[in-house]
This record gives sequence, structure tokens and C-alpha cells, in this order.
Amino acid sequence: MASIETPTTTLRRPAGYIARLGEWAINTNLALGDMGVFFLSTLYWIFRWPGRRAISETFAQMYEMGTKSIPVVMIGGGFIGAVLAVETLPQFQEIGLASRVGSIIVISVVKQVGPILTAVMLAGRLGGAMTAELGTMRVTEQIDALRVMGADPIRTLVVPRVLACVIMTPILTLYSDAIGILGGWLVAVRVEGVRNYPFWHYAAQSTDLFTVNVGLIKAFFFGIVISTVACYKGFRCGNGAQGVGRACTEAFVTGFCLILLSNFILALGLNNLYNALYPNQPSVL
Amino acid sequence: MPDQSMQNSPPTPSPLIRFENVHKRFGSLVVLNGVSVAFAEGKTTVVLGPSGTGKSVLLKHIVGLLSPDSGSVYYRDMRIDHLKDRGMEPIRRKIGFLFQLSALFDSMTVGENVAFPMREHSGLSKSEIRDRVAERLAMVGMENTENKMPGELSGGQRKRVALARAIALNPELVLYDEPTTGLDPIRSDVINELILKLHEELKVSAIVVTHDMTSAFKVGDRLVMLMGGGIIADGTADELRAHSDPRVQRFIAGRADEEDLRALHRI
Repeated sequence: MASIETPTTTLRRPAGYIARLGEWAINTNLALGDMGVFFLSTLYWIFRWPGRRAISETFAQMYEMGTKSIPVVMIGGGFIGAVLAVETLPQFQEIGLASRVGSIIVISVVKQVGPILTAVMLAGRLGGAMTAELGTMRVTEQIDALRVMGADPIRTLVVPRVLACVIMTPILTLYSDAIGILGGWLVAVRVEGVRNYPFWHYAAQSTDLFTVNVGLIKAFFFGIVISTVACYKGFRCGNGAQGVGRACTEAFVTGFCLILLSNFILALGLNNLYNALYPNQPSVL
Repeated sequence: MPDQSMQNSPPTPSPLIRFENVHKRFGSLVVLNGVSVAFAEGKTTVVLGPSGTGKSVLLKHIVGLLSPDSGSVYYRDMRIDHLKDRGMEPIRRKIGFLFQLSALFDSMTVGENVAFPMREHSGLSKSEIRDRVAERLAMVGMENTENKMPGELSGGQRKRVALARAIALNPELVLYDEPTTGLDPIRSDVINELILKLHEELKVSAIVVTHDMTSAFKVGDRLVMLMGGGIIADGTADELRAHSDPRVQRFIAGRADEEDLRALHRI
């Protein structure tokens, strides 16, 4: 008996792995498709005009997301700018270019660190809160109640959150950028003794409007990613407290991965756009 | 030759809700296995059955929160099981739904909760809505609670506010999903009295899903028992009490079956 069972077991293992891989691939594709339909439904309601109550709810969400996120975004941005100065200044001092440290701080903060750091902080602070709120509404049948009362839950709940997040993420990114540059300036100029004028002179010289827009365009897309993923995970969360908790974790992890992925795609796209617009200038990537 | 007496008898009114051979499964779990049942207009029908037998699933098919794997659901003579949210909207306006967990919106006051369906659909002015909200809250014995938040209310009060919201648009059918679950016997009886009062005052039809026999016998004109994916009993309270099926008698008496008891003793 044992001699018959042993080969069956060894044969099953790879088949099991392949089956699980196939199952994972199918489920991932289904989830991506489902999220795509969810996002398209949100777009449909945004362009169809979601109604006055949805718009007024958008302002409430903007206050909730924007005003209350300013401290965390500013603290994060300020320290990152300061750390950038601490890490890069010795290198610049070694080659006698300490006065140029302003340019590297501004470019790093405005184009990469500011938008990504703000997006990650918002994915944690706002994304988690959105998923938990909508997940709890789903578990307590409030989303079903909306549908039964003829109010589309996407129009009522998702559109205000997505609009508020899309508007507030670039604004918060600007705050983060400003405080990040200030943090770098504080360390470089006030602590390490780099002269004030060259710091700002080279910072301004290395930054044009396109560079600032790169950061803001990225922030705009990050806002879409954070809010769509968070709302989607809330709407599709499992039952009970465990289901809501798991949905929050998944929302952050998925949002974080999509932020990094979209950052890469946007960097490539914007770099190509820059090359097309300014053919004789060095790349912005 | 057609029977003369048949020709003279009034035509039987078509039922308000009709299920025809409805099947529904979740994964490998078969919940509804070819259910065919009709719910008459102007009556309160109670759907009974043990937990997990698909009573709430049955209700959710009526408002389009779930659709059958096969079979059909009719509202009057209109087939509704294939309708999307937008197509269901006119039907949903005629139906009030009291959810098991009340489903009041946490972020809104009691008044805003009751006003919600009116703001969405009625076209009434703000003052008219305010008056209607006060009237509906008074009907369920929750006067002057407009400014309270749902979190400040007890379970029974939440159910009553949810009921005020369910009847906000003068529905012709109210669906009650476990209206007395989680309430003490006295508060359960208050809800039962409310169901009877609303039936009397608003002349609404009702479908009540419950496993509370006291409530079922009190409010139901007709009782339907769902078990094992199908309907095993259908009749008045007296007919159910005299039913020959031992499963019906065991459910009415609230007695565990022998297999469950044997399993308990094996542990």
C-alpha cells in the first residue's frame, strides 16, 4: 500500500503548487478587473455630476483629510529634508561644492521624496481610516441600506473621498516640499554654515516649473491610487473585526506597491514628455 | 363547459412578490434549492427557519441585493431578478427594509437618517421633510430624538429609528430582517406591537424574517418555514401548530434534534 501511495504524494505536490499558482493568478486578475470596474464606476459618477450633497461631503472630506494631515506631512517632510542635508553635505564639502547642496535637496524633495513620502504617509493615515470606515459600514449593512434606499454607494461614499484625496494630495505634497526644503536649509545653512545666498541661488537655478509640476502630477495620481484602493478594500472587506483589520492592511500594502509602481511609470512617461518638450536639456528622471 | 361558479368568483389578486424555482448557493453551500413561494398583498407573512437557512437571503433577493443563480423573482408581474441597481430603483422606493443590525448611518443624526430617503427621492422641501421626520419618529415612539446620534441609542431604540426610516417614503411593502434579534422580551414585544400598528395605520404588506416564535405567532397572518433550502411548511399559525412534520414541531417547541444531542454527548 505504501509503495502505491508514495508516488501519488510526490506527484501531487507539484500539481498542488501549480494549481495554487493558477488559483492565485486567476484571483489576482479577477480582483484587478473588479477594482478597474470600481474605478470606472467612480469616474462615471464624477463626470455625470454626483449631486450637491456629494460635493458638500467632498468639502467635509477635504477638511478631514487635508487639515488634519498637515502636521504629520510637515513633520515627515521636514525631517526628510534635514536628513538629506546631513547625508549629502559632507560629500559636497569634500569636493568643495557645499554651496550647491541646495540644488540636490530641492530636486530630491520636489521630484521624488516629497510626493512619495506624502503619498505613503497619506496611504497609512487616510487609506487606513477610509478602509476601516467603509469596511465597518459594509459589515454593519450600511452600504446595503444605501443601495436599498436607491442611493448609489459609489456616488454617495466613494466619489467624495476620491475627489477630496485627489485634490488634497498635491496640496499636502506642496506643504511637504516646502517644509522639506526648509529642513534641508536649516541643517545646511543654520547648522553647517553653508552661505544663505548660494544655497537658494543654486536651488532656484536647478528647479523650473516643469520640475515642480512633475511632483504635483505624481501626487495627483498617487491621490487616485490611495483613495481608490482604500475605498475598494473597504467595500470588499470580509466579515467581522478580522475582516475589517485585514482589509486595512491589504489597503496599505496594495496602495504602497501601486504608489511605487505608478511612480516608476510616471517617471518614465514624464521623462519622455520632458525630452519631447525640451530636446536640448538633460533628462529629468 | 366551464364551471359557472368559477366564472362568477372574483379573480385572485396577483401576489405582490413571487419566487419561482429560485436557486442560490455561496461556494459549495446551497442556501436556496428551488424555492417557489408567493407573498400576498396586504398581509404580514412571516418566514421562519433556523439560523443560516437562507431567510435573509430570500429578503435580499426582493430588493436586488442578491440575484438568484437560477429561477426568477417577480414584483407584482414584473420580473426583477435580472435588474441592475438603476433598474431596481423604482421598485426599491416602494419597499422599506429594516435591517438586522438596524444599519443606521453612524455619521448622521437620527433626524438625518430618517430624512435620508426623502432627500434622495421625495422632492419635498426642507420644512416638509422636517415635519415628516417628526411624524415618522412619533409613529415609532421616538419623538424629539432628531438631534441624537445613533451611538447614543439602545438596541431597541435603534431598531425603532431604523423602522421610521424604512417607512419614510410610505412604502407598500416593508421587509423586516430579524426585527427582534438581540432585544429583551419586553423590547421585542414593543417591536411586534409596532409592526402590527404600522400594518394597521399604513396598510402596508410585510414580510418578517425571524426565528422568534412568539413574534411570529403575534404578527403573522401566514407563516412559511424554510429549512434545508426549501419550504417545509406554509400556513396560518394554527396550521403550523398542527403540522405533521416533526422538524416543524421541534422548531416551534425550540427543541434540539436527537442528532445534535448525540453529538453533544460524544464530546
